[in-house]
Amino acid sequence: MSEIRPVPFRGGGFRPQVRRWVGLIVFVLLIAIAEWGTRTGWISNLTLPRPSDVLATFGELWQSGLLFKHLSPSLSRLAVGAVLGVSVGVSVGVLIGLFSYVRAGLVPVVAALFPIPKIALLPLFVIWFGIDEGSKYALIAFGTFTPTVVATYGAVDNVDRTLIRMGQSFGLTWWSIVRKIVLPGAMPGILSGLRISLAIAIILLVAAEMLGAEYGIGAYILEAGSLYDLERLFAGVVILSALGVIVSSAITMIEKRLLRWRG
Amino acid sequence: MELRLKNVSHAYGGTEVLRDITLTIPEGKIVCIIGPSGCGKSTLLRMMGGLEQPDAGDILQVGAPPEGCLNPLTYVFQDFALLPWRSVEGNIALALEDHRLGRGRIREIVADVLARTGLADFAGALPRQLSGGMKQRVAIARALAVNPAVMLLDEPLSALDAQTRELLMDDLIGLWTRAPFTAVYVTHNLAEAVRLGHAIVVLSRRPGAIREMIEIDAPLEARDMSDPVLAAKQQQLWHLMRDEARAADAELANV
Repeated sequence: MSEIRPVPFRGGGFRPQVRRWVGLIVFVLLIAIAEWGTRTGWISNLTLPRPSDVLATFGELWQSGLLFKHLSPSLSRLAVGAVLGVSVGVSVGVLIGLFSYVRAGLVPVVAALFPIPKIALLPLFVIWFGIDEGSKYALIAFGTFTPTVVATYGAVDNVDRTLIRMGQSFGLTWWSIVRKIVLPGAMPGILSGLRISLAIAIILLVAAEMLGAEYGIGAYILEAGSLYDLERLFAGVVILSALGVIVSSAITMIEKRLLRWRG
Repeated sequence: MELRLKNVSHAYGGTEVLRDITLTIPEGKIVCIIGPSGCGKSTLLRMMGGLEQPDAGDILQVGAPPEGCLNPLTYVFQDFALLPWRSVEGNIALALEDHRLGRGRIREIVADVLARTGLADFAGALPRQLSGGMKQRVAIARALAVNPAVMLLDEPLSALDAQTRELLMDDLIGLWTRAPFTAVYVTHNLAEAVRLGHAIVVLSRRPGAIREMIEIDAPLEARDMSDPVLAAKQQQLWHLMRDEARAADAELANV
């Protein structure tokens, strides 16, 4: 008689699954540790502000109305700059994807522009576009432009050629093929590029505001930093993080709407 | 409308793929083209529809396309080529939208071809919700919607399982019997060729040249695979192809 036993299971794993509350729990845990550490004194007040104090600072900021005084110029700079950079970036990216001459001409230019730290160009932008809003818009637009271009032409290159061939075989016009086959096919790639571009836009927003703005989250953080006011510094940082989370979830929502066909 | 090929030859780089093909696709008939893999049969089909240009020779349309024909040379692709972001209805409408037909007319045509292919209940479904057989039915419906003069089918059943293939062959025969259409049907499956072809063109391995042309007179709807005549034809085709297929199989790919 031979031994009988079940076949051991060795599949499973390697497949991300939805775990809803884990992200939140990690956040809460980290903050709780910081709070407990600063209260017991195991983390000195010079190293890290107490989370509850940061919250109190944030509350003051809200009540004094200063929050919106800082937030609204920041948001409008972010919106104008990012819309400008992304729309020009998507258009140029699509042109690179569609026309060989444009590709040959512009891909090296984009490759040369991409690694430049855009912040280094701010003085130049101040001369070109003026010390006030113009240079800030330009910096954010320029910073979002390059990653958007690269993501877009990559996405256009990845559109299924057999679908384009199909469009041609049915005698669709060039413009119809671009509008009904190329653009929807490139949409997933463009949207995931947008995620990166908009995160970069937030980074550049702060950089621009640190170099000459009266109001704005960047200015607020810079002021707090130079006074070594850690509570206010962190309140500013929390606002930025929240902005990042909001932007990212907005893109997730757009993806859910536009890419419903992927299932 | 008739399609005529005169001394068509083609090479990719230094590799000759087609040699001196002369062939007529008569109106209202289905011509099957079979041959071992890599013999250039798909290339030949792409040339017939104007998606590729031959190095030498002419491809001619003889006669006018039928009344109301929107796209004389229309393909059905092996991998269906449906837009994943459009519903069944939308995929069919895609082929009609550039012809200034008006919304009502487009809706009429779509409803008509959906009914003819048995897809009426799936009008709103997305391609990912459909089985392979259903997807190919949508592609066939899309081809019918433009009322083609010649249908160019590029191994349309190769991506499907055996049962689905049988069902779709029956569908194609039904469609042809009700309204005969002209078609070129490329396949590597002998049974499909014997079931669907009025004429079967056998290509040799690379460079593809016409080895033999076999006509089958039995009407499509009456063909039964247990018929000894058809079985003999299939045997004959297999004898023609066996050595070619073996040689093609043993070749090193250098393209």
